[in-house]
Amino acid sequence: MGRVVTGVTRTVDGLLGLALVVALWEAYKRFGPEAGWGIGEARILPRATDLAMPHVWEMATRLLEPETSASTSSPLWLVVLQAALVSLGIACVGLLVGTVVGLALALAMDRFRLAEHGLLPWIVLSQTVPLIAFAPMVKSWGSNISIGTWEWPAWMSVAVIASYLAFFPIAVGALRGLQSPTVQQRELFRTYDAGYWPTVRKVKLPAAVPYLLSSLRLAAAAAVVGTVVAEGSIAYLDGIGRKLIGYGGQASGDPAKAWAPIFGAAVLGLLAAGVVWLIGVALRRYRRGEAT
Amino acid sequence: MNSLVRQGLAAAAAVALTLGLAACGGSGSEGDGEGDLAQVKLQLQWLPQSQFAGYYAALDQGFFEDEGLEVEIIPSGGDIVPQDALANGDVDYAVAWVPKVLGSIEGGANLTNVAQIFQRSGTLQVSWADSGIESVADFEGKKIGSWGFGNEWEIFAAMAAEGLDSKSVSIVTQDFNMNAFLQGDIDAAQAMTYNEYAQLLEAENPETGELYQPADFNVISYEDTEGAMLQDALWADTERLSSDADYEETTVKFLKAVVKGWAYARDNAEDVAPTMAEHESTWGPSHELWMLNETNKLIWPAENGVGVIDEAAWKQTVDGALSATNEKGEKLITKAPPETAYSNEYIEKALDELGDEVDTQGSDFTPIEVEVTVGGA
Repeated sequence: MGRVVTGVTRTVDGLLGLALVVALWEAYKRFGPEAGWGIGEARILPRATDLAMPHVWEMATRLLEPETSASTSSPLWLVVLQAALVSLGIACVGLLVGTVVGLALALAMDRFRLAEHGLLPWIVLSQTVPLIAFAPMVKSWGSNISIGTWEWPAWMSVAVIASYLAFFPIAVGALRGLQSPTVQQRELFRTYDAGYWPTVRKVKLPAAVPYLLSSLRLAAAAAVVGTVVAEGSIAYLDGIGRKLIGYGGQASGDPAKAWAPIFGAAVLGLLAAGVVWLIGVALRRYRRGEAT
Repeated sequence: MNSLVRQGLAAAAAVALTLGLAACGGSGSEGDGEGDLAQVKLQLQWLPQSQFAGYYAALDQGFFEDEGLEVEIIPSGGDIVPQDALANGDVDYAVAWVPKVLGSIEGGANLTNVAQIFQRSGTLQVSWADSGIESVADFEGKKIGSWGFGNEWEIFAAMAAEGLDSKSVSIVTQDFNMNAFLQGDIDAAQAMTYNEYAQLLEAENPETGELYQPADFNVISYEDTEGAMLQDALWADTERLSSDADYEETTVKFLKAVVKGWAYARDNAEDVAPTMAEHESTWGPSHELWMLNETNKLIWPAENGVGVIDEAAWKQTVDGALSATNEKGEKLITKAPPETAYSNEYIEKALDELGDEVDTQGSDFTPIEVEVTVGGA
């Protein structure tokens, strides 16, 4: 019973938060400076025009209308939702690959001091490569890969880019987790004459779970951002990133339409957070002492 | 020690295995049978839209297949540079503007323009009717919009021809829409006749509640200036053209199908524009029809035959590129491109082989009237 009540309170809180955002948006639009405000050339407050900030109800009704006037056109919300789900699928593949690679690297670094000293700086450095330089490279590699009649599909380039961003928090977080068991715990296992793998399985991995879960949250967010940006960057047509670019170009004549994929991306982020939450539920046995 | 090495190897094997599995994920899916068709990849310079309708028409109407080609049309996003994809060998042909590729050629790329699809420049600089900006000479001291990424060289070439220093204007980077201009951040915005200019006419004027009208704007067309440069052209790999007879042959076949595609898009604009939605354009049919109609105007009539590179226009483009200096004082190119930078050999052969099968000049082409709708829906 108590749980149900908590659930209801949380939902109400969530809805109140949403209403607050809507109210703030409309209030700024009503009372904010029409031309925005800035210091010199740097704009600090946005414009309050219909072009820059369409009314909330305009954005909502636009979602219900068809994407274009073509007779075959689906409602905008459906088009955006489908694109968001495609992107979610790609982000999940990216997250999965990133997790596997990140965990493998963490295990290697935990096992071999040399690996930790040799790899960790490169792992950190890897994240400084800008996506706009990295994305065309991945696409170029992909277009040269084919095995027999099978050709590397464009979505896999997007997933690789997502995994490239996602593996970093996993590798770093998992390494800290694997190294978190206390000296006593490790010495206890030594007295049992336990080998490396039993120690990993019974002590290190369970101890790493709380670290891994918080890393997963970061990694999921990175995978989603990576997916959306990479889709726009390499022109993968079916995901939400392309809709952001396409509708963005239509914002002068149809300002409300340009906001639809932004809502889609928000939904995508929520769904990705949901996936991580489910993983957390599955691993709840190991979550003792987690800060959250 | 021994066991440590063994464990190390086991761990390394596990890592290699997981990486290998990850890399091969999904490799079970079967591609379609290739048949006897030669595989060709064409890289566009932007997302699918009627600017590329001729290529899509050639695909949809089976013109490529008739020539024994299976063509994959690859759209570009923000970061895919078509001439780079071609130079890297990722694709067989690429659509790109001539000045941008001239820059790449000077940077070491080995590419040849094998068909100049757009015979005219479609770039405009649009300002408000009361702004007093009526020619390039009026740019001085103004905020001039441009998308950058090599789309700005006509502006600087036209300014150089007027004797204007590129530092006398402030260049503002434009977004993909016209909001910055409509809201006053830009005095004169860059616009393509086939896209951004239509976006203006599709936008609502908050003062009247109606759509903006052409009379609301001053339009400077670079085609009327010395800064005009050649735009959408088909580029091929120079090295392969000189060493690979199959590629040369494929190039002629490819160009034949492309010519037929553009002729079809000219004669059937109202049927072709709506098909862009099937190729995943996000624009509405009215904007696509506008775009196709304006694109047709840039191609037709083609006095020498569609795709043939006009020497005078090529020279003007090169001269403009040589004279232009951007706002940072940088040059696009410092010396004339090599002779291999363009060749009429393949397009002339293609036009010859087509003969009377299709009207390749479009001398009696007349554009249609396109009704502008809100947001291009």
